[in-house]
Amino acid sequence: MSLSTDDLKKVASLARLAMSEAEISATHAQMTGIFGLIAEMQAVDTNGVEPMPHAQELTQRLREDKVTETNQREAFQAIAPQVERGLYLVPQVIE
Amino acid sequence: MMNSSLAQLGAALRAKKISSVELTQLYLDRIARLNPSLNAYITVNPEMSLAQARAADQRIAADKNEALTGIPLAQKDIFCAKGWLTTCGSKMLHNFVSPYDAHVIEQFNRAGAVNLGKTNMDEFAMGSSNETSHYGPVKNPWDTARVPGGSSGGTAAAVAARLCAAATGTDTGGSIRQPAALCGISGLKPTYGVCSRYGMIAFASSLDQAGPMARSAEDLALMLNVMSGFDERDSTSLQRDKEDYARDLNKPLKGLRIGLPKEFFAEGMGRDVAQAIDAAIAEYKKLGATIVEISLPNSRLSVPVYYVLAPAEASSNLSRFDGVRYGYRAKDYSDLTDMYEKSRAEGFGAEVKRRIMIGTYVLSHGYYDAYYIKAQRIRRLIAQDFVEAYKKCDVIMGPTSPSTAFKLGEKGDDPVQMYLSDIYTIAVNLAGLPGMSIPCGFGANDMPVGLQIIGNYFDEARMLNVAHQYQLATDWHSRAPAGV
Repeated sequence: MSLSTDDLKKVASLARLAMSEAEISATHAQMTGIFGLIAEMQAVDTNGVEPMPHAQELTQRLREDKVTETNQREAFQAIAPQVERGLYLVPQVIE
Repeated sequence: MMNSSLAQLGAALRAKKISSVELTQLYLDRIARLNPSLNAYITVNPEMSLAQARAADQRIAADKNEALTGIPLAQKDIFCAKGWLTTCGSKMLHNFVSPYDAHVIEQFNRAGAVNLGKTNMDEFAMGSSNETSHYGPVKNPWDTARVPGGSSGGTAAAVAARLCAAATGTDTGGSIRQPAALCGISGLKPTYGVCSRYGMIAFASSLDQAGPMARSAEDLALMLNVMSGFDERDSTSLQRDKEDYARDLNKPLKGLRIGLPKEFFAEGMGRDVAQAIDAAIAEYKKLGATIVEISLPNSRLSVPVYYVLAPAEASSNLSRFDGVRYGYRAKDYSDLTDMYEKSRAEGFGAEVKRRIMIGTYVLSHGYYDAYYIKAQRIRRLIAQDFVEAYKKCDVIMGPTSPSTAFKLGEKGDDPVQMYLSDIYTIAVNLAGLPGMSIPCGFGANDMPVGLQIIGNYFDEARMLNVAHQYQLATDWHSRAPAGV
């Protein structure tokens, strides 16, 4: 695998992480090392092996669709960066 | 008092030889004295701790106490605790006073235990040395120039330095076992799903599991009795009958079959570690166990598999930190995307960003099958190795970590070297098995060595039995660092 710095800029943008050129280049060197380690996987024959997404083979437990938690809007909004009249404030997105 | 077991502390409280308030104050004084040099705690709040202690004393007076009522414990700062600052070791949560309790915290509160404070940890549990914490590294009480291990390094240091009676940790790739080994204490990661993940800040959800860290196997059993249990708010919590993990502690070990994976005893393990492990195996033979050679041929792939799967899950889990509903928000930004990008760039540390980047990359279009699905297929091969192994043995033993505690800064610039320090622990998380570490001697520079005991699914009671019998025959677990 060859990971370019342009690839990394795209990944940083997908991950919503602002990164300077210097950070991108430092990350590039480290990720190249890490993907060198990860590349060991490619030599393994996994034909016919089912992927194992989880530690326990469980089916999703379902519950009745009923209200179980009480409204705690004030407690939750007390720790928010910016709120007004019960709403979370973010920069304007629609003109 | 500081070297008493949880059962002895419980008996002293019941007999009114000491009150919970007195005991709590004793620990708070020790924390005030020793924490500035160890940095094991991020947050202490004497007022809240003593309020819990007073309530515990009333409960004891009313004869309504349980095993841990009134006993001062510490909680890893990954567990949300109502009214407590809960940072997860990150600047991102530097101001997050949790509005609710994790299930594990609820269980301790119900039992009447006292929370002494929140222990330091690698940022979002991503690290093996505690150096990624935004709140500064934790120092190993055996040698303050060395790391305590990670990510539950604050808990390990606090238990080793007697800054709490016992404490909690979490383990995604070795984060309970490795710091337990490096600090000379006992730690247990239960079978995946035994403890609820509700309110435990998520890193890699298919691997994360909470567990106890303490000075003995006997103490671990009492802790796990409280921590474990079904919780419907965690969709992966297992619906099983409550068990008493202390029930088999006193069984003799005659006939126990110990599997030694030949791959764990090949190159890579330090000679000092190998000597201590060999001596521990010899002790188990004396206790009546038989040794079986086993093979875990795919375990060498656990590090690469883990560094695909864990970052993939982390990149998804950590997308919730956006500077909108809680946590850090950047001061200056031009629009919504800029606010997200700057808040996350300033709020997360380097290792967390690195893992988010790896995870985002392996999940992205064109790479998903080659990395993420490939890693999941090898994960199954790794898990199947254990299924085969347990046809021949009852428990598996080996080293917890290839070396004893390394120096602060020693592996700082090379993530790959740091990742390889979890080489013996990660396969256990991938398979979802229970694993523990107990002290089994000292290696180079008189630093503690940990013996790893891996059990079959839900075999925690037997593992604790195996550990307890060793601790009856040896005294490694009761050694304390100088100056403690």
